[in-house]
Amino acid sequence: MVATFEPKKNYKVIGTRPIRHDGLDKVTGRAVYGADVKLSGLIWGAVLRSPHAHARIKSIDTSAAEKMPGVFSVMTAKDLPLAESKEVDLGEGTANFKYASNNIMASDKVLYRGHAVAAVAATDRYVAEEAVKLIKVEYEPLSSAVTVEQALAPNAPIILEDLEGDDLGDEVKNTNMAKHIRHEFGDVEGGFSKASTVVEREFKLAMVHQGYIEPHTATATWDQEDRIKIWTSTQGSFSVRTQVAGILKMDASRIRVTPLEIGGGFGGKIPIYVDIVAAVLSKKARGRPVKIVMERKSVFEGSGPASGGTVKIKLGVDDSGKITAGQADIRYEAGAYPGAAIGPGAMCVFACYDFPNSRIDGYDVIVNKPKSAAYRAPGSPQVAFATESVVDEICELGGWDKLEFRQKNASHEGTRRGDGVLFPRIGMQEVLDAVKKTEHWNSKLEKDGPDGKKRGRGIASGYWMNVGLKSSVSLSVTTDGTVALVEGSTDIGGTRASIAMQAAEVLGIPAEDVRPVVVDTDSVGFTDITGGSRVTYATGYAAYNAANNLVDVLKNRAAILWDLDESDIQFEDGAFSSKSDPELRLTFKELAGKLNDTGGPATSTGTVDLESAGGAFATHVVDVEIDPETGKTDVIRYTAVQDAGTAIHPSYVEGQMQGGAVQGIGWALNEEYWMNKDGVMTNSSFLDYRMPTSLDLPMIDTIIVEVPNPLHPFGVRGVGEVPICPPIGAIANAIHNALDIRLYEAPMNAGRILKALGK
Amino acid sequence: MVQSAVEKVHVRTTINGEPMEFLVPPYMSLLDALREVVGLTGTKEGCLDGNCGACTVSVDGRIVDSCLVLGPEINGKNVETIEGMATADGLHPLQKAFLEEAALQCGICTPGFLIASKGLLDNEPDPSEDRIRHWLAGNLCRCTGYDKIVKAVRKAAVTK
Amino acid sequence: MHPFAYVSPKSIDEAVATLNKHGDRARPLAGGTDILVQARTGRFDLDAIVDVKTIPELVSIKHDSNGLEIGAAVPCYKLYENAEVSAEYPGIIDAASIIGGIQIQSRAGLGGNLCNASPSADGICPLIVHNATAVIAGPSGTREVAVEDFCTGPGRNVLEKGEFLVSLKLPKPPEGFGAAYVRFIPRNEMDIAVVGVAASVVLDSSGNSFQSGRIALAAVGPTPILATEAGRALEGKPVNEQTINAAAAAAKEAAKPIEDMRGTVEQRKHLIEVLTRRMLNKAVERARGAK
Repeated sequence: MVATFEPKKNYKVIGTRPIRHDGLDKVTGRAVYGADVKLSGLIWGAVLRSPHAHARIKSIDTSAAEKMPGVFSVMTAKDLPLAESKEVDLGEGTANFKYASNNIMASDKVLYRGHAVAAVAATDRYVAEEAVKLIKVEYEPLSSAVTVEQALAPNAPIILEDLEGDDLGDEVKNTNMAKHIRHEFGDVEGGFSKASTVVEREFKLAMVHQGYIEPHTATATWDQEDRIKIWTSTQGSFSVRTQVAGILKMDASRIRVTPLEIGGGFGGKIPIYVDIVAAVLSKKARGRPVKIVMERKSVFEGSGPASGGTVKIKLGVDDSGKITAGQADIRYEAGAYPGAAIGPGAMCVFACYDFPNSRIDGYDVIVNKPKSAAYRAPGSPQVAFATESVVDEICELGGWDKLEFRQKNASHEGTRRGDGVLFPRIGMQEVLDAVKKTEHWNSKLEKDGPDGKKRGRGIASGYWMNVGLKSSVSLSVTTDGTVALVEGSTDIGGTRASIAMQAAEVLGIPAEDVRPVVVDTDSVGFTDITGGSRVTYATGYAAYNAANNLVDVLKNRAAILWDLDESDIQFEDGAFSSKSDPELRLTFKELAGKLNDTGGPATSTGTVDLESAGGAFATHVVDVEIDPETGKTDVIRYTAVQDAGTAIHPSYVEGQMQGGAVQGIGWALNEEYWMNKDGVMTNSSFLDYRMPTSLDLPMIDTIIVEVPNPLHPFGVRGVGEVPICPPIGAIANAIHNALDIRLYEAPMNAGRILKALGK
Repeated sequence: MVQSAVEKVHVRTTINGEPMEFLVPPYMSLLDALREVVGLTGTKEGCLDGNCGACTVSVDGRIVDSCLVLGPEINGKNVETIEGMATADGLHPLQKAFLEEAALQCGICTPGFLIASKGLLDNEPDPSEDRIRHWLAGNLCRCTGYDKIVKAVRKAAVTK
Repeated sequence: MHPFAYVSPKSIDEAVATLNKHGDRARPLAGGTDILVQARTGRFDLDAIVDVKTIPELVSIKHDSNGLEIGAAVPCYKLYENAEVSAEYPGIIDAASIIGGIQIQSRAGLGGNLCNASPSADGICPLIVHNATAVIAGPSGTREVAVEDFCTGPGRNVLEKGEFLVSLKLPKPPEGFGAAYVRFIPRNEMDIAVVGVAASVVLDSSGNSFQSGRIALAAVGPTPILATEAGRALEGKPVNEQTINAAAAAAKEAAKPIEDMRGTVEQRKHLIEVLTRRMLNKAVERARGAK
């Protein structure tokens, strides 16, 4: 059963902008991030990685490394148990233990450049890196396939020889196609026959990386009682525990994971890469703690980026400007193991609009690239680029206003999403209405810029469904009237504050009087990952539950204090009082001071397991200025509009909107895995990967729309992911508006613009 | 050659106003010397090739990427790191502004941004938005889109 | 990274002796922004690194009526923060202001940029159009090499065993001189040139015709290229669109780029023509403004 809530108003804490609780440590250098952990006897690990995109490992000789002074232990895939082939849900994406194990350390074949093959632990990082060079690996290079087209070609090399592909339920062997799914409703052909305008286009996207600034890191001990402790930078300590237990075939109870501060993740720090390596090296070094920090090149080559691929969209519209049918073909690069975000891509591709008839095919394609991972609304930005470009083109063909067309076709409560789900109360129409009122949309853009530059404006929307899942929170009252809040959600962008504020709202105390701490897997109940835009929603909900439970505990204390029946105690406006005797009234703080007279410590817990989350919609408007002689595009004005349900801490909601928009801008204009003919990424550094710098951007204006989510007591919707969905399409449409060229391939870099201009 | 064949270098330096002496392997970066030898882990590693600015520290009043400086090079020099930014009077105005303006999300780039921004304001008390963006182009932030960082630096400049 | 010793010589002779002893197992350290990355990523293994910043000649700027001499280890910021040097040598200032970010400019300099000999170096083309020469010290004394002859291939240069770069000498620009450098990059900073163009011109006293010009091109060949024909196309010609377009077309001819992750052959040739035009106009503007 799903509880639903009426929107409330007059919050005291929610909607304010307190200083985040972990802020001081983070502006003074005191915060302890993954690589900062210090342990007695610490040694360092380093990993040897494949120089080939695809090769058979004929032999590995580690003897010289083992003999090198300063080396404690060496490991290869032989040191890992044969993990079973079993799918587990990690909250945002899944893991198959066998493939996850092979991804952590290659056994018989290397499947991508950067695939780990061996590792060393030594006195320090420099010695470990030198020792790794002494490991001799004999490879038999194999031909590789790094794009969807190459991997699905008839003569393609088979990358996973044991893969059983699933083609709409039929098993396929000898294939790189791991999965083909289809969602269909209505009469698609009939819908297209009613259309007066039909546009069909194919889009291509390059693989891109989340680009978190902190590299993956882990420190581990594996002691003589076979207990593993891991200190790591992760989006989910419990999902690390699940993965480690599954791959090492151990009971989860033998593993304790301590999440340290995390320097960005965006989905990329859900899978593990070096945690198990550090643990195994520790075991072989008689339990010495082993720390591994991946270098940036390995992060690009050997962690999980977002899929590139192709998206084909066909859209039909009738004379009145109503969409009659849509068809999509989504083919994503899974990387070396199955699991591209084709499911979410299919859910999102048509989600912004009301489609009476729809057919969506998705293909999960194995290629010789690192195994893809979640990246902020995984699978959605790619399809939004395609759909929003086609919508733009249709509007021009039909002569419809680009905003009014979107308003006319916007999804609403009861609209059927592409995968068949019916929308609950959502905010797509309200977002578009808000766009229509913005000064940006209503301002006139001078089409000619300085020095012959051309300007254009683009608009695009995006959707992300968000997730709910499991969270746990526990509270304990300090007698000074403050509350300690213990949670398991690693805080990547201010969620300590947004969770503490929800507890504070219930308890009627200031946000500053709640002290949130993120703890290890033995110190709090199970909590799913920080991902799926779920933390403020789900862990916040758990905090709400815990706070209400705490109110019940304190009502009981008041009853003891006043010698009344508990049913006579009420809690309103931050104070406990007697319904029968208005003279009896104690604030939360006053009552907290009397705990020792009424039974001692007051604690509570709250948990949730939420099936759904209520989706989030965003629409972005962008102005670009392009030098037609060089193809250089500058973003000169940007407005992001988004339904946040209820913004708990508006500054951090804005921050998510701005950060997501800018990642989308990078994806649109410059970011890509540039692969050479040997399947090697040649731009594996921040120099050549080209994420936006401060000088590449204007201010990112934000407008928060609040259509309260009926599934959450305060109306919260997840806000983190959807802002990355609109930018690619919005910029494509702005480029078209500026230069009258339409680009069907991202990134839409200067070279592609010049080419489209015939230069 | 094994590491032990290279003699460590004796470094005499001042870090955050405090005179210090230590031995450092000659090939060790200033970043690692600070983090692993001196024990100041507030300076962060992001890329090790000077393209992210997470490891920014100040040496004799100039900001540098500490991953591209050798430990021995700071002999006789004055190094400032994030740990020295707050004084007896409390937080630096930039630290306050970053907190008030929500100019950090994950916070890994924050020490580098703060040291770099201080390097700007120490010499140019009233920089324009464009000047701030130009000065901070060597510091990557992947969370904020820079909007709130630029606003925080402006705010600190105005209130300083 | 192969472990290396740190040597900080006090004199040129001491540095030569150390470098000569180790041969290609030792390298000078100036700003370190290229060499430390290369050492770390295993481009080469070193036994010693020679910090030349402890040698007075390497870190000094001499600017007088005869010209400018920049120590090989002078960081970029010392150039653009020097008002006199900035006014007289605008081409190298254009480069010094865009190499890396502020942090990099605190360390990196034109000397290291030249020795690194990257085809896409921002510093080399402006030195060429400013007629710079490289002063090299070695076991058999010092010698001078024109900057356009210094690089011999990607990452390779004329330095022989025991030799290192001491300084860069730039003659005093004549009356009517103007110079400029620009690169094309996808971002606005922190990027490697897809192409780069430096141009310098000398205008006659009327300011309306070219006496001479030099154009140098980055990232369109194995080394930075002095586009001799493009410069010659300006000689004695009136300052107008036709002359500038002809020089730009000649520069495009001289460009022999390859395709890589930073750009295609066609894109690079096209950009050379566009940027040559722009830099010639800017150099003319500066030459006229300087009068």
